[in-house]
Amino acid sequence: MITYLEAIREAQAKALRDDPRVYIYGQDVGQFGGAFKATKNLAQEYPGRVLDAPISEDAIVGSAIGAAMEGMRPIVEMQFADFSTVGFNQIVNHAATLHWRTAVPCPITIRLPSGGTAGGGPFHSQSMEAIYAHYPGLIVMAPATVEDAYSMLLEAVAIDDPVVFCEHKYLYYHLKAESLPTEAMPTGKARIARTGRDATIVTYSAMVHESLAAADELAAEGWEIEVIDLRTVKPLDTDTVLASVARTGLLLAVGEAFPWGGVTAEILARVASEGFDLLDAPPRRLNAKDTPVPYHPNLWGTHRPTARTISAEMRDLLRR
Amino acid sequence: MLRPMASTAEFPRAHTELSATEKTFLQAYRWMLLARVVEEKLASLYRGGKIFGGVFLSKGQEALSVSLGISLRKRDIFAPLIRDQAARLAFGEPLLDCTRTYMGSRLGPMRGRDGNVHRGRPAEGILPMISHLGAMIPTVAGALMARRFRGIQGTVGATCIGDGGTSTGAFHESLNLAAVERLPLVLVVANNQYAYSTPTTRQFACRDLVDKAVGYGVEGHSVDGTDLLASLQVVGHAVERARAGHGPQLVVASLLRLAGHGEHDDGHYVSPGLKEGALGRDCLKVAEERIIDQAWATREELALWHEDAQRQTEEAVAQTLREPLPDPSQEDWCSLASRHLSEG
Ligand SMILES: Cc1ncc(C[n+]2csc(CCOP(=O)(O)OP(=O)(O)O)c2C)c(N)n1
Ligand SMILES: [Mg+2]
Repeated sequence: MITYLEAIREAQAKALRDDPRVYIYGQDVGQFGGAFKATKNLAQEYPGRVLDAPISEDAIVGSAIGAAMEGMRPIVEMQFADFSTVGFNQIVNHAATLHWRTAVPCPITIRLPSGGTAGGGPFHSQSMEAIYAHYPGLIVMAPATVEDAYSMLLEAVAIDDPVVFCEHKYLYYHLKAESLPTEAMPTGKARIARTGRDATIVTYSAMVHESLAAADELAAEGWEIEVIDLRTVKPLDTDTVLASVARTGLLLAVGEAFPWGGVTAEILARVASEGFDLLDAPPRRLNAKDTPVPYHPNLWGTHRPTARTISAEMRDLLRR
Repeated sequence: MLRPMASTAEFPRAHTELSATEKTFLQAYRWMLLARVVEEKLASLYRGGKIFGGVFLSKGQEALSVSLGISLRKRDIFAPLIRDQAARLAFGEPLLDCTRTYMGSRLGPMRGRDGNVHRGRPAEGILPMISHLGAMIPTVAGALMARRFRGIQGTVGATCIGDGGTSTGAFHESLNLAAVERLPLVLVVANNQYAYSTPTTRQFACRDLVDKAVGYGVEGHSVDGTDLLASLQVVGHAVERARAGHGPQLVVASLLRLAGHGEHDDGHYVSPGLKEGALGRDCLKVAEERIIDQAWATREELALWHEDAQRQTEEAVAQTLREPLPDPSQEDWCSLASRHLSEG
């Protein structure tokens, strides 16, 4: 069995093994193997290519951009997604604009340990995919499975553009697979995680699993819910979403991020403008609440969507 | 502000003959002791699964920390960092703020919304840190600018940072800003040799962090952070210099983190040479030895103080355990002060 976290570690090992242009830079990623152990033993196996960085996110990302311009394929690990704000300027103003301004690609991968865990609190829990997806020039991935964590990270390194790779901390240890995949879906293509004909849930990352659990619950009540895992939030696979809504007529978009704007709003906007007549009822979205992510699990459990709140929302939609 | 030096064992009669410095030393020692005892309790609660999220100990840094807390005055501004339990107590943060925040009591200053070291009372001059390292330095600078705008004199603002935190842009930007504005800001750097697992050789290449003071045009001070007496003198002096109008003060203390980065971490990467060397001394033991050597107190008195710290800790934890936890149905889920503008 291999965990989501180990898959991320294995993908980086393969990238280092196969491509001499790859190096890893981030706080504590070296001998220590990273705060979450996503780079365990990589410094020992690939001497000189897995480097501990100072606590300088702005400079870490900036240096990766410079190295990429000189032909390297840097993987940057942020200790937590939340700290990427300190490197925000380099990510959105420099990495994202470089190719457009110069026709020189910027193939960097920025790994963001994302999302909430019990006790994480406001600064170790954030889901930042929408912020980065907003900027032209960035690709934003949010894998929900062990297989995707592996194959999408390899894709991220191979792609000639800056990729913000949102890996979910809650899935690190919770999610296990039999083995690593040998083939992968193309980047930008969504996956139908569960088929159903009564309604569509579109989601990504950890919320795929909450949504699948909700679909299980609803199946016991006789409802067949289709669950779509976006995999990449930018590009967003509108076609797969529209095709599903065409079959079911009902849409609920679920995300763990804050409610204003964001991925779920983008999904609804696209379906409303491109597939309004496919809908049998107004589309819905379910997100975290509009407050910072609370520390205590009692509050955190209510702040984010869960299988229980997703199934409740869906029941309401089905009974419209 | 509340100064919870509540104690059954006040200084014994003989101590009236102690000098002011000696009394301060004993007072500081007792805050250190209380910090150590409460943190040991937190660690055991953490191991028992009673605390969600991380537990970060200041073991080995109490002498430095308390020196800052005790050198500040009531109306000063203080932004403690990760390893400042002793300073918090000395500055006047109630012990219950600590246990309540760590254990998520709804009655704590953070009401279960934020946890562990991310706590404070802005209205009483204790600024609650955000996690992003370096971010509190400009905030203290701004608070000092506000005091100046408001015509309030004599305030000192202080905050702490680790060796790792000196690598942030915020550290650089705000020390420069404070120097330009000539603010009465004291920045204490606890160089505990590691930032999580990262040794200082991977953090900075300068000979000594205190050399940075020259570059910013501020006064710099070095101190052995394992030595309470030296820390009280040097930090106290820096606070006085700031208060007297000599601009920002950078204090760089050398010491060693005697615990893991947090209680989830065993710190196996810490070099044995450092642990056995002078920096590896336990500041609490060093202070104790000085007390006994100088006959400022007896071993019996130290034992009583230890018991007193344990009693205070047990009381705080017991009270916290009786208190209500946060209840999502009682939350307003509103982040704005302008409630009418909240989208809910
Ligand atoms: C901007 C930022 N990046 C990363 C982190 C994650 N982080 C938390 S503590 C820590 C190490 C801090 O080391 P140091 O400043 O030396 O303080 P110490 O823990 O040794 O007291 C890191 C990297 C953070 N809090 N803020
Ligand atoms: Mg340190």
